[in-house]
Amino acid sequence: MILKLLFRNAFRHRLRTVLTICGICVAILAFGLLRTVISAWYAGVNASSATRLVTRNSISLIFPLPISYKEKIRNVDGVKLVSAGSWFGGFYINEKNFFANFAVESKSYLDLYPEFVIPSDQKSSYLKERKGCVVGVKLAKRFGWKLGDTVVLKGTIYPGNWEFVIKAIYKGRDKNVDESQFFFHWEYLNETVKKLWARRADQVGFYMIGVTSPDIAAVAARNIDKMFNNSFAETLTETEKAFQMGFVSLSQTILTVIELVTMIVIVIIMVVVANTMAMSVRERMNEYAVFKTLGFGGLFLAFLILGESLLITSLGCIMGIILTFPAADAFMGAVGDYFPIFNISTQTIYLDIIASFIVGVVAAIFPVRQAITVPIASGLGRIG
Amino acid sequence: MGLLFFYSFRNLLARKLTTCLTAAGMSLVVFVFASIVMLAEGLQKTLVDTGTYDNVVVIRRSAVSEVQSGIERLQASIVETSPQIATGEKGRILLAKELVVLITLEKKKTNSPANVTIRGISENSLILRPQVKFIAGRMPRPGTSEIAVGLGIAKGFKNIGIGQTLVFAMRPWTVVGIFDAGNTGYSSEIWGDVDQFMPAFRRPAYSSILFKLRKSSDFEVFKKNIESDPRLTLEAKRETQYYKEQSEMMAKFLRVLGETLTLVFSIGAIVGAMITMYSAVANRTGEIGTLRALGFNRGTILLAFLMESLLLGLIGGIVGLIFGSFMQFITVSTTNFQTFSELSFNFRITFEIIYKSLLFSIIMGFVGGILPAFRAARMNVVDALKEN
Repeated sequence: MILKLLFRNAFRHRLRTVLTICGICVAILAFGLLRTVISAWYAGVNASSATRLVTRNSISLIFPLPISYKEKIRNVDGVKLVSAGSWFGGFYINEKNFFANFAVESKSYLDLYPEFVIPSDQKSSYLKERKGCVVGVKLAKRFGWKLGDTVVLKGTIYPGNWEFVIKAIYKGRDKNVDESQFFFHWEYLNETVKKLWARRADQVGFYMIGVTSPDIAAVAARNIDKMFNNSFAETLTETEKAFQMGFVSLSQTILTVIELVTMIVIVIIMVVVANTMAMSVRERMNEYAVFKTLGFGGLFLAFLILGESLLITSLGCIMGIILTFPAADAFMGAVGDYFPIFNISTQTIYLDIIASFIVGVVAAIFPVRQAITVPIASGLGRIG
Repeated sequence: MGLLFFYSFRNLLARKLTTCLTAAGMSLVVFVFASIVMLAEGLQKTLVDTGTYDNVVVIRRSAVSEVQSGIERLQASIVETSPQIATGEKGRILLAKELVVLITLEKKKTNSPANVTIRGISENSLILRPQVKFIAGRMPRPGTSEIAVGLGIAKGFKNIGIGQTLVFAMRPWTVVGIFDAGNTGYSSEIWGDVDQFMPAFRRPAYSSILFKLRKSSDFEVFKKNIESDPRLTLEAKRETQYYKEQSEMMAKFLRVLGETLTLVFSIGAIVGAMITMYSAVANRTGEIGTLRALGFNRGTILLAFLMESLLLGLIGGIVGLIFGSFMQFITVSTTNFQTFSELSFNFRITFEIIYKSLLFSIIMGFVGGILPAFRAARMNVVDALKEN
């Protein structure tokens, strides 16, 4: 009965309600997409494993470490696997075609990253081919690469044209895995570096370390750093999560801006809904006076107005959530190169619902107060 | 016309809450639009101001930025002998061979690490950059472990003040000066003697060469000579161009972000304006009837309501811009991913941003008001009068 009343009331001014619902729908859509953009930033953090450590030069990421550290690190208690790699920083044809590309010690690297799923025949043919490289499914799709293709990357850190043969294409084990990376044999890089710039040879940008259990990670990290204290290249070892977090915190300001903006979109829509509710209530003031004359209390009126407000916002919210999915796909198509992982999390959907609930409640506060406090006589006398 | 305007204006005043709410919605949209565009503008301005048109930067071919670049001493001395380089006091050439590396320091506010640019400078570095002024202390003396820091670094990072020491590259460095380079990238750098930094960081090669042209028009000749010399693997860029390229990616990102967001947000605000205007029309049916009976024609009614909505948009736009312009006092410091180093810059308002935001707010008012205004204009006189 009361629900019917709510529905009838909400759609009394059909145009106004439909417009308001559209507004909420757009706002929820924008909110959802922005939250997804933020979580895309943290994708690397979420995908990192608790049993992996990263060692790099303590000065900063651009300084290398000697390859000779590898055996020393392997001797540290709790270390199971050590792999090394360098950020290659090459681009395909044009600088704008950005993607992550590394030179890695392939065998141990693939062992450390079981989430990169590669068919075993491709894996062995990659390991045999000196110029071989592994690319992610998404990256292969982006440039139309197929197995066996020869790809030339232009180096920014290691100048020149570098030729690679695609020997394997990996898929992610789950949705969190970045499928747009490119990696190849560090030995291939080092060989050429040795010939051309001998003093830069036998150096790596980072060590990836697999430890036996997450509990031992902190101790192992400390022991590794202690070992290289006061050497020419001091190290900084942290868990993969902390390492990835370091990248996120570099762009903290931009993230804060986006977070602020998500708040603003909610405020904008709050204002719109509040306006709608204020108008409806003003127009119905004499009806409320009639309710009061009939003996209905303030609580009933509050329920009526709040219910209407929540009904409108939840309808908009549901539509917004439904639309978020195709919109995210479209967004991914447009800027997928910058955000390798772009999934709508369940948390985002919960936040959508909470936001629309808050909007519904806040928008109803003023009108409810007005309706409750209006004296019956003046309410009856009022002309909307 | 005056009467019409007055009518629209008084109508907005008559229903304060609704007017405020609608204008507030629009002003928020304009605020978001203006601030994000201001941010992109500030970033670009900072990096463009960093360069001087007559200065030339030489880096390794395809290195994109100084950090990735490396110039061997031998190649550097070949560049040094070019005839296009200007001469300064005592007939010495105005050229600086520099080293640029990154180190990690902790930020004051967030405690999070950030990559800071370290520049090894030589004698001429300061002369080549007239924007850089020392506000405290002095230049680091050559041959010592002294450094000078930019104002952005001194403000934003921990334990950096005159007399304090920073430890990096396994050596302590004493801060002896703080320089202000205005809104340029240099404010986010640390400077010290290049001949001290090179052994400390174990980098036997320079990163870049900066010099002033004897004649501005000599650039093309120099560029051709350098890039066709088989002994060199270098490329030359005007300093302004070099820094402009470094801001491109991030400025584009900010612009696209700002434009998409405002496009989406404006739908919300337009809906708000539409709701307000429709109800304004509905509430004033009687008035519209009276006006028509008095002899005002449909066009005038249309104009009156449209004007009300445009006015609403304009109020929103002005309020949004006022709040937006306060953002100019805020300094943003973040990583420029193209150079991978920390850069601080301000929000910056320009005439173009003001006019675009106002235009944008008026368009929102127009789109929101046009349909309701048509409804008002199409009303039948007799029916409208009957309403009351």
